Amino acid sequence: MALCAVSALALAWLVFTRLTEGTGWLGFLLSAFAAFLVLLYIVTADRLGRLAATDRVMTVLVVTGAVILLVPLVLLNVYIFQKGLKALRLGFFLDDQRGITPVMASSAGGGAHAVVGTIQQVGLALLFSLPLGLGAAIFLNESRSRWRRPVRVFVDAMSGLPSVLAGLFVFAVLILPYASSIKIFSFNGLMASLALALIMLPTITRTVEVVLRLVPDGLREAGLALGSTRVRTTWSVVLPTARTGITTAVVLGVARAVGETAPLLFTAFGYDLMNANPTDGAQESLPLFVYRNIRKPDAAAVERGFAGALVLMLIVIGLFALARFIGRDRSKARTRKATRRPVRDATPVPEDAA
Amino acid sequence: MTDADSPIASAPVAPAPVAPAPVASAPVASYIPGSATANGANGANGAAEHRAPVTLTGGPPPGAATLRSVDLCAWFGDRLVLEDVNLLMPAGQVTALIGPSGCGKSTFIRMLNRMHELVPSASLAGEVLLDGADIYGAGVRAQEIRMRIGMVFQKPNPFPAMTIRENVLAGLKLARIKCSDKDTLVEQSLARAGLWREVKDRLHSPGGALSGGQQQRLCIARSLAVHPNVLLMDEPCSALDPTSTARIEETIGELRDDVTIVIVTHNMQQAHRVSDLCAFFLAAENQPGRVVEFGPTEKIFTEPDDPRTLQYVQGRFG
Ligand SMILES: Nc1ncnc2c1ncn2[C@@H]1O[C@H](COP(=O)(O)OP(=O)(O)O)[C@@H](O)[C@H]1O
Ligand SMILES: [Mg+2]
Repeated sequence: MALCAVSALALAWLVFTRLTEGTGWLGFLLSAFAAFLVLLYIVTADRLGRLAATDRVMTVLVVTGAVILLVPLVLLNVYIFQKGLKALRLGFFLDDQRGITPVMASSAGGGAHAVVGTIQQVGLALLFSLPLGLGAAIFLNESRSRWRRPVRVFVDAMSGLPSVLAGLFVFAVLILPYASSIKIFSFNGLMASLALALIMLPTITRTVEVVLRLVPDGLREAGLALGSTRVRTTWSVVLPTARTGITTAVVLGVARAVGETAPLLFTAFGYDLMNANPTDGAQESLPLFVYRNIRKPDAAAVERGFAGALVLMLIVIGLFALARFIGRDRSKARTRKATRRPVRDATPVPEDAA
Repeated sequence: MTDADSPIASAPVAPAPVAPAPVASAPVASYIPGSATANGANGANGAAEHRAPVTLTGGPPPGAATLRSVDLCAWFGDRLVLEDVNLLMPAGQVTALIGPSGCGKSTFIRMLNRMHELVPSASLAGEVLLDGADIYGAGVRAQEIRMRIGMVFQKPNPFPAMTIRENVLAGLKLARIKCSDKDTLVEQSLARAGLWREVKDRLHSPGGALSGGQQQRLCIARSLAVHPNVLLMDEPCSALDPTSTARIEETIGELRDDVTIVIVTHNMQQAHRVSDLCAFFLAAENQPGRVVEFGPTEKIFTEPDDPRTLQYVQGRFG
């Protein structure tokens, strides 16, 4: 049937190009698709009846939509892989940009300093924002304070904060006035992590809050009815129940922050050499590495930038995989049981008659 | 209130010489139909079987306690939903609360262990005396009261993030009670709730993986693990199938020596079967709920004083 429809499509295509003047590939593709739908409907209606035909056409429409959404995503990934793999050697994770000149090949040197910087900055940012975000979410959902409303509005407003402002804030409030007098308030990884924490905080808070709201009130009551205080109930009942969701919140927060470039521009500042001390001196990070290299005029540097982008992407993918792994953990038994249940989604639609 | 203080003696505190013994056989015996009512008579025997040498430190005092409400009224916001409830729930007996929906049974039972005050708009007046002491008295901590007066809810609510064993021990952890022998306590509590035999091989699987009836019995075991003086049950069987319901009724029958039970139920037969005393609540249209009649279950179900009670227990309204 699919084959039959495809040949019908080809026919429609021939007729379309022969009889009318082709008007650009997009309009032409759309017309071909419409012709395909019509033919599919007619053929299926003829063989299996109108209900089946409608079902087919709808299926095709939905699948097409999904594919159209997937295409840019896949293209983006393939593009970055292609461009990035060229300069990605093991050395990328071992070397920094010491002694690299524009005439050298793109595989010379590496981005180890950027990887280290990213890990340190995001890790520190998580260290700051997780307790705060968790605390804020607990305050919003478990307390009975009158201040919950204003705090919620504030968190919502903060989540719309342009990321460059987070960097600017740290720069203007800490670095600019104090850099000359207090060493720690100069361009360094710690300042970057503060800016990133500002970005992560609302994401983590809002996600955790939603997750806490999903914990049934019956569990809180059960805890309290056993003679527990509110605080202990939150700690021993509510948070463990929401563990998976909290992990998700952490990942969303990290994923939000790990690719941010703007907050780092005038906090970490960027640096070509390895600096594993986040409290002293400018530091590189993967987004900064990408940004700074791709703007360079030489092709090798651009390739290095793409390698950085690829690594960044892999880190994000790895993070998501890790989160799912952690999130699974104890509910594993239940998941396994669920998959073992007989699957009954095979609708008895007649197979292709072609 | 002094008239009701005596029954504390029903559960001996001193560890009985009987060993915790063949783990499997003890609960098996208790499943035999009819043993539930038999247990009621020889309180000493039943208690000795359950009270093995597990000692809890920081938990409730041992034994069942008498609970008494005096002129208890409840409000949600400005609305009076319950008026002048005076009930005496004697130690070691089962008191059933019956009445149509919305007449304030849940509200009443939640006032008995200070869960009522968790609703932001709720307020109350009157006294609840636990062995003579007002649980709403000055300086009395709600946590202390809730530890002594356990509660089982309509919807089974085991903690999903905990295993069966952890669920049973949750009360110890949450109320900061120390226990000398957790394994024995887990076994005893599950056995008292009539669940030990079914779960003894999977104590480390999640509590949420049990059936509804098992979950409810797990919740009962969880409440029993802290050795409360009173156990409140708000329609514990309304979400369960008949078999699970029968199991829980058996359990109630076995528990009555160790703990005072107050149970809300919509099931007349159940109230008739399990309870010693029965209170009939009723709320007229836009009126607060009141206790229409309170007395021995047998009397309430056969020759009540109030015609409305008779109508209700015969299933003619509600
Ligand atoms: N959280 C609440 N807020 C306001 N009103 C409530 C609340 N809970 C119960 N009520 C009201 O109190 C009355 C008694 O309810 P309830 O005690 O649940 O009755 P029952 O358990 O006998 O069915 C009902 O009229 C109900 O509408
Ligand atoms: Mg109710």
